[in-house]
Amino acid sequence: MAAKRGRAWTFPANVSTDLIFPGRYVEFLSDNAKLRSITLCDAREEFAPNVKPGDFVVADDNFGMGSSREQAALMMKLCGLSAVVAKSFARIFFRNCINVGVPAIELDTSDIQDGDELEVQLEAGRLINHTRGRTYEFPPLPSVMTRILEDGGLVAHIKKHGDFVV
Amino acid sequence: MAQTLAEKIIASHVGKEVRPGELVLTEVDLIYAHDLSGPLAISQLEAIGFKGFKRPERIVFFLDHASPVSTRQAANDHKRIREFAGEHEVRFYDVGNGVSHQVAVEELVKPGQIVVGGDSHTCHGGALAAFATGMGSTDVAMTMYLGRTWLRVPPSQRFFLHGTTPAGVYPKDMMLHIIGKISVSGATYKAMEFVGPVIDQMPMYHRMVFPNMAVEAGAKVGLVPSDEQTKLYLAEHGRAGDYTPWAADPGAQYQEEYDIDVSRLEPQIACPHNVDNVKPVSEVGYVQVHQVYLGTCTNGRLEDFREAAAVLKGHKVARGVRLVATPASRDVYMKAAREGIWDIILEAGGLVNSPGCGACPGVQTGILADDENCLSTLNRNFKGRMGNPKANIYLASPATCAAGALAGEIVDVRKQVKHGR
Repeated sequence: MAAKRGRAWTFPANVSTDLIFPGRYVEFLSDNAKLRSITLCDAREEFAPNVKPGDFVVADDNFGMGSSREQAALMMKLCGLSAVVAKSFARIFFRNCINVGVPAIELDTSDIQDGDELEVQLEAGRLINHTRGRTYEFPPLPSVMTRILEDGGLVAHIKKHGDFVV
Repeated sequence: MAQTLAEKIIASHVGKEVRPGELVLTEVDLIYAHDLSGPLAISQLEAIGFKGFKRPERIVFFLDHASPVSTRQAANDHKRIREFAGEHEVRFYDVGNGVSHQVAVEELVKPGQIVVGGDSHTCHGGALAAFATGMGSTDVAMTMYLGRTWLRVPPSQRFFLHGTTPAGVYPKDMMLHIIGKISVSGATYKAMEFVGPVIDQMPMYHRMVFPNMAVEAGAKVGLVPSDEQTKLYLAEHGRAGDYTPWAADPGAQYQEEYDIDVSRLEPQIACPHNVDNVKPVSEVGYVQVHQVYLGTCTNGRLEDFREAAAVLKGHKVARGVRLVATPASRDVYMKAAREGIWDIILEAGGLVNSPGCGACPGVQTGILADDENCLSTLNRNFKGRMGNPKANIYLASPATCAAGALAGEIVDVRKQVKHGR
């Protein structure tokens, strides 16, 4: 994950996995290029065609609610996002993000406007809003999740350690 | 220290008392995936250099979402899962057996177990007092590989249901009311525990609605203590020996406690596009119904169809309404057939599909047209859920759905039953 800086794409509360990856595209399940092209299509049509590596998804509460479909988290990675930032996450989506190697950051996003230039410093627990000249701090992930993220995802974590390192 | 049901089950697996917030590594008793979560899970197992399962008896694959398949790609995914399950000699349920969660409670899940499934409604197993939770494909794959997973011990919420259940009001109405009250994120990361005299008196098929929909409030698990009703249900499915009693300790600490008096509830409707947009039926106003869908892991059991059939019997669905019924398991399918329930639905002008997820995931057998309204027993009404983001989904009990099919609009089933007979 080279890029850590990019623009904010804002989303409201309760964006479901059906809005991120609608069931009608189930045939894209194993096709990463197609998956990327429909990311969040039912929430914000212009997102997938315009998102650039390094950008951020910034949401209100309960982002990723609903289904366990891991492709919804994988799509965040395929878009090259620096991080997904939300006031809160649905738990399965949150866990999936970490497992595929996408930082999911919980913090109060009320201040962030669409198009703001953001930069994340994961180790320091800081999100910088260059547009507004503000810095937001966030607490570290549970230890096991930090390890999984550092190792580049759950498969790499298990390959490296042979087990979950709690 | 007194522990909640969720804490007790985890404690029994890790060999020590646990506190909310604590991270634990725990053995998992049952791990399953289905035709949507399975292909990626298998790919991840291959990626890790998997050679075989250490404990194959804990692993299950189901083909339930596309059942039977309607695309070539799904057919190939099914073939891959079928061959993988055969090669590794794990339990396998082919198309036609039903929704994974319902088959799991009929045949596999035991009280006090920890269960991980590659589907958000895995929490269904909480009806049998199992700590059952949904995860993504990679988590499921690694849990299958290692036989264990990590968990953060959830804080618990206690829902105490009491009062006299009014006629026309069902567990679905109660659960929709609860989600309307606490919101779609009101239980995020938490365990919802359902107790009280209303739950105690409820048979299992009714209890299942509560844990099943726990994820709709964001919960990690939904739990009902195991008791005589649990024992009866297990015995009915030839598993009397699987019963053990599980309940929270008196004095256990809950993060929130809710007192729910069901006596004054009326039938509830979850309106588009979130499960917490819940209104009593009297406040919904005129909503034309184009399709009624009966089924899913939430309300696709024998008794759900009985309740719908009691409303439908001797009547015809309104002109322009499609009534689609999909049993949640082969067991339900066969028992309902023997009882003549399908005859009632077919004579009313409805149709009956093969067991499985059916129209719920929006990929087959009942996709909605633009601007159509569907009244359904399913568990979520998200925009696009049934295959079309321009359609609307309303959630209700089987009886309310049946009444809507006859009227061609959302109506109060209590009135419909009165003048319908």
